[in-house]
Amino acid sequence: MKLLLLIALVCLVASFIADRKKTLTGILKGLKMFLNIMPTILSVLILVSIFLFFLPNETIVHYLGADAGPMGYIIAALIGSIALIPGFIAYPLAGMLLKNGVSYPVIAVFITTLLMVGILTLPIEIKYFGMRIAILRNILYFIGAILIGGAIGLIYSV
Amino acid sequence: MKTFVNKNKIALLLTLVFAAFTIVSFVFDFGEGKTIFNEHFFPFFKEMILFLPVMFILIGLGDVWISKEKVEKHIGESSGMKGTIFVILLSMAQAGPLYGSFPVTYLLWKKGASIRNIFIYIGAFSTIKIPMLTFEIGFLGWKFSLIRTLFTLPVIILIAIIMEKYLKNKKFEIHNV
Repeated sequence: MKLLLLIALVCLVASFIADRKKTLTGILKGLKMFLNIMPTILSVLILVSIFLFFLPNETIVHYLGADAGPMGYIIAALIGSIALIPGFIAYPLAGMLLKNGVSYPVIAVFITTLLMVGILTLPIEIKYFGMRIAILRNILYFIGAILIGGAIGLIYSV
Repeated sequence: MKTFVNKNKIALLLTLVFAAFTIVSFVFDFGEGKTIFNEHFFPFFKEMILFLPVMFILIGLGDVWISKEKVEKHIGESSGMKGTIFVILLSMAQAGPLYGSFPVTYLLWKKGASIRNIFIYIGAFSTIKIPMLTFEIGFLGWKFSLIRTLFTLPVIILIAIIMEKYLKNKKFEIHNV
C-alpha cells in the first residue's frame, strides 16, 4: 500500500511537471471512473459483509474440519467461489484451518477458488465485461481452480 | 447526476438501507448489526477507500500519457510470448483486490492490448501477485505457493487462449462503467 502511494505520488509529480493540463484531465478521468463504480463496489462489500457474518471463521473450520471427508472439498469450493476475502484475511484463516487439522488439498481448493472465482463480485465484473463474458470467465476459472486444487492435493497426498 | 442515480438504483438503495440499518444498530445497541459493520464491512471499506482512488488516479494518468502504439507493440495482437511475459510481470507487481484489476483491463483494452493478454492480466493479478504471495508463503509455506504458482500459470494462459478463440469474431468491449 505504501509502495503504491509512493509510486502514485512520483507519477503525479512527474506528470504535473511535464504537463499540468494533461495531469488534471487524467486525475479527473480517474476520479470519475471511481465515482461511477463506487455504488456497485459498496453494495458488493455490503453483501460480502453479511455473507461473512453468517459464516464466521469457526463455522468454516467446523465444516472443512479434518473429518469432513469429500464434503470438505465441495464446501471449500462453494465458500471459496462465493466469497470475496482479501488476502490479509484469507491467509490467516487458511493458517488457522491448517492448525485445526484441515488437509492441504482442501485448503488448496479453498484458496484457488477464493482467488479465481468471485460470485459475489459478479456485479462489478459484469459492469466492465458484460454478463456473458463475466459468467464465462468465472465458469472457466472455476474449472481451472478445481483442477489446480486437485493437482496440489495429489502432490501433497503422495 | 440523474443518469448516475438511474444507473445505480439498486446499489444506491442497498447502500441506503445498510446505512440506516447500521445507524439504528448503533443507536439501539443491536450487537449483530454492530458486528457486521465493525468486523466485516469496515475493513473492506477501509481497503477500498484507501486503495481505489489512488489506483484510479494512476489509471487516469495512464490514460492521458501512455500511447496506444506502445501498448499495441508490447502487448497487442502480435506481441506473442514476449507480450505474455510482460503482462504477467506487470500484474505480479500490482496489489489490491480482484475488482481493482477490472478498471486496469479497461485501460489496457482501450490502448490496444490483445484479448489474450487482457485475460492473462486478470489471471495473474488474481492468483500470483507478489504482495499476496509473500502473505501466502508466510501462512502456508513456500512449497505450497511454489506448487500453486506452477500449476496456475499454464491454466490461466490456457483459459486466456480459450477466451481469445471464443471472442475472435465477436464484438469485444470493456466498458468504462
